Amino acid sequence: MELPVLNNTASEAPKGGCSAGSCGSTDDQMSHLPDSIRDKVKNHPCYSEEAHHYFARMHVAVAPACNIQCHYCNRKYDCSNESRPGVVSEVLNPVQAVKKVMAVAATIPQMTVLGIAGPGDALANPQRTFDTFRMLNEQAPDIKLCVSTNGLALPENVEEMCKYNIDHVTITINCVDPDVGAKIYPWIFWNNKRIKGREAAAILIEQQQKGLEMLVAKGVLVKVNSVMIPGVNDKHLEEVSKIVKAKGAFLHNVMPLISEEEHGTYYGLTGQRGPTNEELQALQDACAGDMNMMRHCRQCRADAVGLLGEDRGAEFTLDKIEAMDIDYEAAMKMRAEVHAAINEELESKHKAKETKLVSIEGLKKEATRPVLMAVATKGGGVINEHFGHASEFLIYEASGNGVRFIGHRKTIPYCEGGDTCGDGESALDVTIRELSGCEVVLCSKVGYEPWGPLEAAGIQPNGEHAMEAIEDAVLAVYEEMRVAGKLAAEPDAAQKAA
Amino acid sequence: MAFEIIEYCTNCYACEPLCPSKAIYEAKPHFLIDPAKCTECAGDFEEPQCASICPIEGAILNEDGEELNPPGSLTGIPLQKLAA
Repeated sequence: MELPVLNNTASEAPKGGCSAGSCGSTDDQMSHLPDSIRDKVKNHPCYSEEAHHYFARMHVAVAPACNIQCHYCNRKYDCSNESRPGVVSEVLNPVQAVKKVMAVAATIPQMTVLGIAGPGDALANPQRTFDTFRMLNEQAPDIKLCVSTNGLALPENVEEMCKYNIDHVTITINCVDPDVGAKIYPWIFWNNKRIKGREAAAILIEQQQKGLEMLVAKGVLVKVNSVMIPGVNDKHLEEVSKIVKAKGAFLHNVMPLISEEEHGTYYGLTGQRGPTNEELQALQDACAGDMNMMRHCRQCRADAVGLLGEDRGAEFTLDKIEAMDIDYEAAMKMRAEVHAAINEELESKHKAKETKLVSIEGLKKEATRPVLMAVATKGGGVINEHFGHASEFLIYEASGNGVRFIGHRKTIPYCEGGDTCGDGESALDVTIRELSGCEVVLCSKVGYEPWGPLEAAGIQPNGEHAMEAIEDAVLAVYEEMRVAGKLAAEPDAAQKAA
Repeated sequence: MAFEIIEYCTNCYACEPLCPSKAIYEAKPHFLIDPAKCTECAGDFEEPQCASICPIEGAILNEDGEELNPPGSLTGIPLQKLAA
């Protein structure tokens, strides 16, 4: 009898760098890359899944102008409560931005990376963007610099970018076919003209591809972001993935369209929906092939500060940083110590993992179905968040091949829920809906009240692995399930209905 | 002959560096055009530069007070949806 699987693609052939099937963990997705690249990304939270548990990033909003319009973006939007790309609270000038970066670097030593990602396009504001980078090169040389761009102005700026040691660039590429592009981009500004329709999309695509090639030729690491828009480019993105990989992009990040009527975007107002969690995962798996897929992206704001998934921007508003007195020399020393300690911890975890592979090999003797588990964490790669405080859960898949990271699901913390969600849906209902497909939820603590409804939905709450490393705990629970005979059978009816 | 930026402007800076007459300047609460300097790009460009990059419908008016980018012309959002 063929065993039922939750995710065919994933369980039949391990993807990412894990094709040996014995690495036991997705953070080894980097294992096939040359050392030089692994070295560049090992402390970059937006490029390494493992690093994102430990290292923080920040964006400075110095680039408000844009040279294109996307149907998922509303240029009038400006709000402190929304968390999505293109949204900021205050635009900074380069001097203010540098001050903010140094204040954050001194306060959050885990912050390794500064990106400029808007709220417009970094390269549509070259003067402001490059002034910021030049000052940071001089004043804070221990910070990695990156740029996020739509690619239209990329070719003309590659040379300049290389001057400031920008070695990570993200290009948002949603299509390689102008007919698809015409449904995503209403206009571009090009050669002193506003150009619309298919012609605009064709120019944008050409510039993006040219920019990608130029960056790769210069040895700059390129990540490609794609927004998955059901019915518009969802089927097309597999081809995009193949092409950008062939041209040397080293990581592909397929993100879900964020589209609500209240955002006032074309897609929001015309009822274009985003993908479901399942649709997104299926496309990410389909794109995977032998390419690294990024699954831990939180689609952060253009002024986000902190670990991915958290935003400490409110601690660093202009008036607050104005009052801070930063001794950057001292901060750099402290930062170097913190980074060394984290790297040491990661090294010892890598060593421990090698010995753990034995138990995975044991698991593989028996054909077992993969299981999705949700994890509540505050960072550090351990289970250290209460169920009721979690505003997001990380999703891991355990299978005979080991543990792999699948993505994250946002929710409303159970303890803050109440009646705030409207439609009579409680915070717990939202969490249960978001965790559909998961059979276990691991957290440091879980209260009595949510226990029953979670179990009834086929999601087993588990607080027994508090403070343990996530992957170890997921694997241990998977092993318990195997011993209990739960891995050969179809998940029960309640789980399916959930 | 001059254009005018009105309160819909979001201060995105996109127009300012493009103006061939340096007529656009940063101001509170939003960018402004110096009517004495604005040439509507005549002689420099086929199309007025500020109005060609401005992402906000209705933010720039011509000398007759007409919107250079009327509602729906940039975003493609149907007018009945914009009104709602």
